[in-house]
Amino acid sequence: MLGTYFTFPELLLWIPLITGVITLFLKNESQVKRFAFIASLLTLVVSVISLFFTDVAHHPNYFYYNNVSYLWMPYIGSSFSVGLDGMGFLLTFLTALSYPLIIATTFKREFKNAPAFFGLLLLSQAGIMGVFVATDALVFYFFWELALIPLYFLCSRWGAEKRIQATFKFFVYTFTGSLLMLVGILYVYLHTPQVSANSIHSFSISAFYNTVLSYGDQQWLFWLFFVAFAVKIPIWPFHTWQPFVYEQANYPSVMVLSAIMVKMGVFGMIRWLIPIFPEAVFTFNHLVIILSLIGLFYASFIAFVQSDLKRFVAWSSIAHLGLMAASIFVVNTSALQGVMVEMFNHGINILALWIVVDLIENSTGIKKINELGGLATKSPWLAFFLVIIALGNIALPLTNSFVSEFLMFNGIFVFNKWYAFVAIISIILSAGYMLRMVQLVFFGKESGAVENMKSINCSQFWILGILVAGILILGIYPEPVINLTKESVDSILKMVNR
Amino acid sequence: MNAIILSAIWGVIMMFGGVIFKKRDTPLYWAIAGVSIILIANVLEFFGHPLLSFDSKDMLHFDKFTLHFNSIALICTLLYFLLSGRDIEKIGMHVSEYFCLIFFVLCGVFISSSFNTLLLFFLGIEIMSIPLYILTGSNKANLKGNEAALKYFLMGAFSTGLMLMGIALIYGGNPQGSFYITNINLGTGDLSPMIAAGLLLIVFSLSFKVSAAPFHFWAPDVYDGAPAVISSFMMTIVKVAGFVAFIRLFSISFGAMHGQWQSLIVIITAATLLIGNITAVFQQSVKRMLAYSSISHAGFMMLAIFALNDTAHEAIILYAAAYSIATIGLFAILIKMKDYSISGFNGLGKTQPLLGFTATIFLLSLAGIPLTAGFTAKFYVLMAALQTGQDVWLVILAVICAVIGVVYYFKVIQAIYFKEPEDNDNQNISVSSGFKLLLLITVGLIILLGILPNIVIDWLYY
Repeated sequence: MLGTYFTFPELLLWIPLITGVITLFLKNESQVKRFAFIASLLTLVVSVISLFFTDVAHHPNYFYYNNVSYLWMPYIGSSFSVGLDGMGFLLTFLTALSYPLIIATTFKREFKNAPAFFGLLLLSQAGIMGVFVATDALVFYFFWELALIPLYFLCSRWGAEKRIQATFKFFVYTFTGSLLMLVGILYVYLHTPQVSANSIHSFSISAFYNTVLSYGDQQWLFWLFFVAFAVKIPIWPFHTWQPFVYEQANYPSVMVLSAIMVKMGVFGMIRWLIPIFPEAVFTFNHLVIILSLIGLFYASFIAFVQSDLKRFVAWSSIAHLGLMAASIFVVNTSALQGVMVEMFNHGINILALWIVVDLIENSTGIKKINELGGLATKSPWLAFFLVIIALGNIALPLTNSFVSEFLMFNGIFVFNKWYAFVAIISIILSAGYMLRMVQLVFFGKESGAVENMKSINCSQFWILGILVAGILILGIYPEPVINLTKESVDSILKMVNR
Repeated sequence: MNAIILSAIWGVIMMFGGVIFKKRDTPLYWAIAGVSIILIANVLEFFGHPLLSFDSKDMLHFDKFTLHFNSIALICTLLYFLLSGRDIEKIGMHVSEYFCLIFFVLCGVFISSSFNTLLLFFLGIEIMSIPLYILTGSNKANLKGNEAALKYFLMGAFSTGLMLMGIALIYGGNPQGSFYITNINLGTGDLSPMIAAGLLLIVFSLSFKVSAAPFHFWAPDVYDGAPAVISSFMMTIVKVAGFVAFIRLFSISFGAMHGQWQSLIVIITAATLLIGNITAVFQQSVKRMLAYSSISHAGFMMLAIFALNDTAHEAIILYAAAYSIATIGLFAILIKMKDYSISGFNGLGKTQPLLGFTATIFLLSLAGIPLTAGFTAKFYVLMAALQTGQDVWLVILAVICAVIGVVYYFKVIQAIYFKEPEDNDNQNISVSSGFKLLLLITVGLIILLGILPNIVIDWLYY
């Protein structure tokens, strides 16, 4: 039925794309919001249904589910093919889950030129979905760029004073990375196995996985791909765009960027970097892990002294992603499994954190940590939620991040105990800066500036409630997420250790 | 052959039209009709029904590549006439003469794409250039235009001299003693000094014609000084015709000893890419910025000359279409503005939503963003260059230059959408709904080529 005529990867792609284009032509603001919300809910429903159709345990191949392929540019060996594996399911679900929540936070806000805003937002969702479902290198590249364009316009049009400059920096960074990756993709493509001497090469992911590249080639190709993903994640020293953009851009876009878009980088590394250049990965893994750990520390220390709430969240996000990047390059079962789970967990944690920051700035008009204080008395529910979210970010037991970070630390420890030792310190740092923020903003002396703060309303309660419930449930019962992605981890490791 | 004969005849018709036509707007209709007729005749010839022909002693040779390129050039010209035709009328008094010269240029374009001897090669390039010297200075009241025309003429004449010298040397050094490019058999060994010098001179003069560095110095001044409508034509159809002549001559005559002159092309390509892109970043006028950007696009097309394989031929065709359509579209909007500076575009997205949107798509295409024709064109060029398996650094340099390109194209996009409109009447322009529709069709073409580039390429193998 559903999976026969229209496969899930296609639906997940076309629904946001088509509704996004329609939204651009609507007129009335409240109508636009309602339409965008319903459209994103529809995507979520499809995504949830798709989860019931996963039969992860019984498939030997990497891509097994709903892999459809249309002829697109057959004469160069590219076809429009999309498919999902466990990791794809997880990330498309994260994307589908985040958008309704993000759109719901905007219900009480006024937007100049709302149709353009929500249309672009939905188009960015289509782009991101495309990245997660693409099983053809050229299709992947297309969506990789297309996810960026709507966000470029979103962040440049709506936001703080220096948004144009900030977003442009972001755009140039990522565009540089992706064009370098394009050269890499083309080079690998020209070395994919041919059936006979004159037959065409192929852009399909399986051809890429079967390509045998010389060690010398792998060494420089690795960096072409790496830079593209490292800018998105971002890994130190490619991170400099991030705090600036997060500070300047509008909240919904920042939520998309930090909850979902950075996962594109992590995802890209796992799917398109490690299995294609295994030898290079084992050459450069120490270097990359050291860079990630430097980033982890650097970001943690800066988060300690941040006075701006948005920049604070940005730096804490860089720290978490540093840990994830380090775990990817450890390349063992535990670490990769940890990264997969953490991709989802970090997504909902940071989304929840942004929603809280958004609420604070919108009610009080302040985003300086020092000027806030005593918000808990004004809004006890918000404080309650924030404490759980903060604990989730610190990765305390019973919260979702505990499971994933434990798996990652375990993996790093098996690889090299000194790296693990260094990484573990970061968890202490994260506890430090998170609790400092919670204390300064929500407790302590009540500052005059928080007069206008109201208790959260019903819809905000539900948005945060869903996310916090997710944090707690996945902390207690992480089994489903682990089961979903186990197959992906195994197949990647099989390819790396071939 | 249809296209060559008909465009020459139509040029003459338009010339006499200056005497016959009473109304100022008549020549445009005749020109549009002429281009359409030539296009139809060319398409018929493509499918094997030549209407007119004469025995050229095989001095002209028409293959799929040639005829297909001719169609693309004609479609672009048609688009150019439809979008900017009314602005050609505004240059000055002699409306039908402008169209007449454009038809003569087209005749040169078709010879440049079909020559089979060095003599016809020379003639084609010259027939293409000489009317352009006149068109550049067609606005006689404009001192900048006059300066540009004189500069272009002097430099052009000089490069013509180089080209003739090169042809003479190649002829003299060719053991076959023939002007036919298929008979230039120079072996694969080391080049004799005479051949090497001849080759060098031809590379230099062709680099001049396609404004590749370090022979690009005329380009910004000429493109900036000439009337904007004429720059639009020169930057697109004429320039890509230069590339088609380039790749035709070099793949047929000198393809066998590719390795010996490839390093020269590498240097020219790298220099063109860097100079074009970096200088464009600092321009304040959109027109001058586009002049430099046309140099940078010449750099990308030079990559195809560097590669010189089958993909390179596909890439040149695709690039010709993608680059010409986007530039013609952007110029059509630019010409309507009174102020060509970047700040003149401030808030265009608000005051003229459709013009702002279409200009944005054209700029995105020039910058090479996926889903636009510019991306597929760049993609093919890069693929062709990578297929050679050498000088990968050149490809990486090219993509870095593409990023620099984003910087100046996006300056205009930022002005269109993220800046407030200024209090001048720069954007207080009225455009007809037909013009808007045409712009949308142009955008549609760009997106179509961005998704399905094979609709252009497949014809090469028809």
